[in-house]
Amino acid sequence: MSRPDRGPSILRFAAPQNFYPLAGRLAPWFAGAAALLTLAGLWLSFFVAPTDATQGEVYRVIFIHVPAAWMSMFVYLVMAFWSAVGLVMNTRLSFLMSQALAPTGAMFCVVALWTGALWGKPTWGTYWVWDARLTSQALLLFLYLGFIALTRAIEDPRRADRAGAIIALVGAVNVPVIYFSVKWWNTLHQGASVSLTKAPSMATTMLAGMLVMAVAAWAYTLAVVLWRVRPMILERERHTEWVGAELMREALRQGGRA
Amino acid sequence: MQWESWSAFWNMGGAGFFVWGSYGLTFALVALELVLVFQRRKDTVNRLLRWRKAVGRNGSGVGAGKESPGESRAIP
Repeated sequence: MSRPDRGPSILRFAAPQNFYPLAGRLAPWFAGAAALLTLAGLWLSFFVAPTDATQGEVYRVIFIHVPAAWMSMFVYLVMAFWSAVGLVMNTRLSFLMSQALAPTGAMFCVVALWTGALWGKPTWGTYWVWDARLTSQALLLFLYLGFIALTRAIEDPRRADRAGAIIALVGAVNVPVIYFSVKWWNTLHQGASVSLTKAPSMATTMLAGMLVMAVAAWAYTLAVVLWRVRPMILERERHTEWVGAELMREALRQGGRA
Repeated sequence: MQWESWSAFWNMGGAGFFVWGSYGLTFALVALELVLVFQRRKDTVNRLLRWRKAVGRNGSGVGAGKESPGESRAIP
């Protein structure tokens, strides 16, 4: 609680009153970057990347399916990371970060499942199949929803923080299961076309479109999570003087309506 | 350029439903999330402002005196 604010400058931003304005300044830049990258990514996806030799045009779902699936896993890992930091260091802001990440992670998870279903129908002949990749990805959605429900259901914020953090950490085991499911089991879902260990098995322009969309998804997540965590900070810190001052500034900005 | 015409573009080689269904839901969810995030900010700020006023009136310290309800209403 009363940690001194001295020390390395980056740690200064672990204090909510320093992080709050920083988040407010950074978010619009990430949002702008996300918008520009999305436009560039869509252009690559629809006007530069060629028609796929075997799948035709329907493969263009890949440009959101893969970035969304990556993001849904990555966001969960970041959530688990902040949960661990919160449990070990007892930093209030860490728990808020993991709670601000969850809805966006869940959103990407829904997008990955939805686009996968719409891709599956014309290529596999079915919207859904209980194979290891699809099932573990569905479990990820339930972990997100469970985390959100649990942290909102518990009245005492400190207990909610800890309970949520434990779910986030336990659920993190599922993420490598999703990622490696296509290797470990015989799945209908295809193996990874892009990995760190071998050259990607797709056309360069296709790969470029996918990567640009993935970076756009990153920038979007940063923007929306920073925007979401700000009111959460105000709520938690409402007894402090700096929040009082911030609220008065807000009231002025709103023209005294409040 | 991949497309002979706009109608060929929208048709997506017959896969229009699957491709546009994917992009459509994704961007709808993104728009919804942004609306909810800004809505929540507004709600939180208004609720906390009301709360501070109430607390100030009870005289429990926070904002009592110079931030009295009367004065904050006078802010243009």
